[in-house]
Amino acid sequence: MKKTVAEIEHLNKSFGNNHVLKDMNLKLVEGENLVVLGKSGSGKSVLIKCLVGLIEPDEGKVNILGKNISELKIEELNLLRKKVGFLFQSAALYDSMTVRENLEFPLRDLKSKPKEEINELVEEALRNVGLEDVIDNMPSELSGGMRKRVGLARTLILKPEIILYDEPTTGLDPITSKEISNLILDIQKKYNTSSIIITHDMECARITANRMIILKNGTAINEGSFKELSELNDEWVHSFFK
Amino acid sequence: MPIETNKNGKVNPVRELRSTENSFVKHLKEFFEEITLLTKFTFRFFKEVIKPPYEFNEFVKQSYLIGYKSFPLVAITGLIMGLVLTIQSRPTLAQFGAESWLPAMVAVSIVREIGPVITALIFAGKVGSGIGAELASMKVTEQIDAMEVSGINPFKYLVVTRIVSATVMLPVLVSAANAISLYGAYIGVNLEGDVSFRLFFAQVFDKLSFTDVFPGIIKTFFFGFAVALISCYKGYNSNKGTEGVGKAANSAVVFGSLFIFILDMIAVQVTSLFSR
Ligand SMILES: Nc1ncnc2c1ncn2[C@@H]1O[C@H](COP(=O)(O)OP(=O)(O)OP(=O)(O)O)[C@@H](O)[C@H]1O
Ligand SMILES: [Mg+2]
Repeated sequence: MKKTVAEIEHLNKSFGNNHVLKDMNLKLVEGENLVVLGKSGSGKSVLIKCLVGLIEPDEGKVNILGKNISELKIEELNLLRKKVGFLFQSAALYDSMTVRENLEFPLRDLKSKPKEEINELVEEALRNVGLEDVIDNMPSELSGGMRKRVGLARTLILKPEIILYDEPTTGLDPITSKEISNLILDIQKKYNTSSIIITHDMECARITANRMIILKNGTAINEGSFKELSELNDEWVHSFFK
Repeated sequence: MPIETNKNGKVNPVRELRSTENSFVKHLKEFFEEITLLTKFTFRFFKEVIKPPYEFNEFVKQSYLIGYKSFPLVAITGLIMGLVLTIQSRPTLAQFGAESWLPAMVAVSIVREIGPVITALIFAGKVGSGIGAELASMKVTEQIDAMEVSGINPFKYLVVTRIVSATVMLPVLVSAANAISLYGAYIGVNLEGDVSFRLFFAQVFDKLSFTDVFPGIIKTFFFGFAVALISCYKGYNSNKGTEGVGKAANSAVVFGSLFIFILDMIAVQVTSLFSR
């Protein structure tokens, strides 16, 4: 049996009266792509934010690479976070920095490395997302889709063991979306990364998913492969696949 | 909250009193919560400022942005301040036939009080609002979260560097503003008279003592610290949403300026205690 790299047990989270996650359980196995489906506002972003400790759960346990994150000291948590990549839904590029500086930012601890090596890493990451020519632009000069791809490059630059993608293809044209989906697949194959992919894009789900879960009313209601879920005899679930 | 009325359509005074009492209690509670959070934020600053690693490059960059970029504004206001103060003081002194006191009197007011306070207020307006808005928008667009998940301590990188830069740069700006202000005063004196540059400054430094200059500069370290602390606190803890950005910038300036006056009042008390 394969190793579990991330696990959520009995997670509960509310904002005031809004009970977003209710007794949520989730397991991510080494080397798999897990796709999370769910309606807008169903708590998908909150779920992965709980995973990296950006949002503190009310109840429940979060385990990453064998460590319970609520028991870690901040230094230990920061070390762990370097092994987890996070692509924000909004890309979250640093506005005051150029694209190059944005990508160099997660590499700050590698200052000892020669400049050429860092440059090479940055250029490679941008080549992966097809944006080598915007390297010296500011984020405000990029389109929404370009920002998203720069965000993806920044996430991938540390070659994380676990990657959390929050809607990686939203706002992209079908061709670029497909390229990004294939990139996600390539990365999984090349580095044996484990990923959670939140998406509404069924094409992306079809290409990348090894396993899928569906979130409804704050908990996972269905689980299975893309094929299994698309053939499921459930009106609500089926509406995702139309 | 709408005012409640009884069934005859009249305001129920007891109810109304109770509801204002409740909202008063609520505001009071919010006020103390805010103070608690600000205190925690301050303690966190002191904890993180001593702990390595130090973000030296970012500190230099912020000092450039906070200090150098504010210089033109501070210089212009300083010059006008000296000029106007001299022009305004002349008639009063002339009434007593004490016009020859003009340089010394203006210099003492500038160096002791007007230079530090006015410059700090300008600083709160320019730098405080800038920090408040910048950090709030970084919060809203998840940039602070992004730093956190890449294993970098955003408090250290963003907050500590800005507070330290502001604390160091404001005294420098105030010193410069004082010097330019004195030059403004020199121009002001010469608008209606003829005092040589050397004579003017001889008169100024004859009356200006260490106890005028030193406390005036020392207090600006506290002004700079307070302005940046408040701005960072407001920005870093801003509510989500674009509305929060404007609010953070606004309350950074309002509370920053308020703190300057409170600290100035304390500084005056302390100074007079020592100069007795
Ligand atoms: N910081 C917060 N404070 C208060 N409520 C929040 C916060 N973050 C999320 N929520 C609430 O939690 C719920 C789930 O939000 P979340 O962002 O996880 O949705 P989502 O599934 O990612 O939706 P989408 O597909 O639109 O991105 C929403 O109702 C939202 O209002
Ligand atoms: Mg979301």
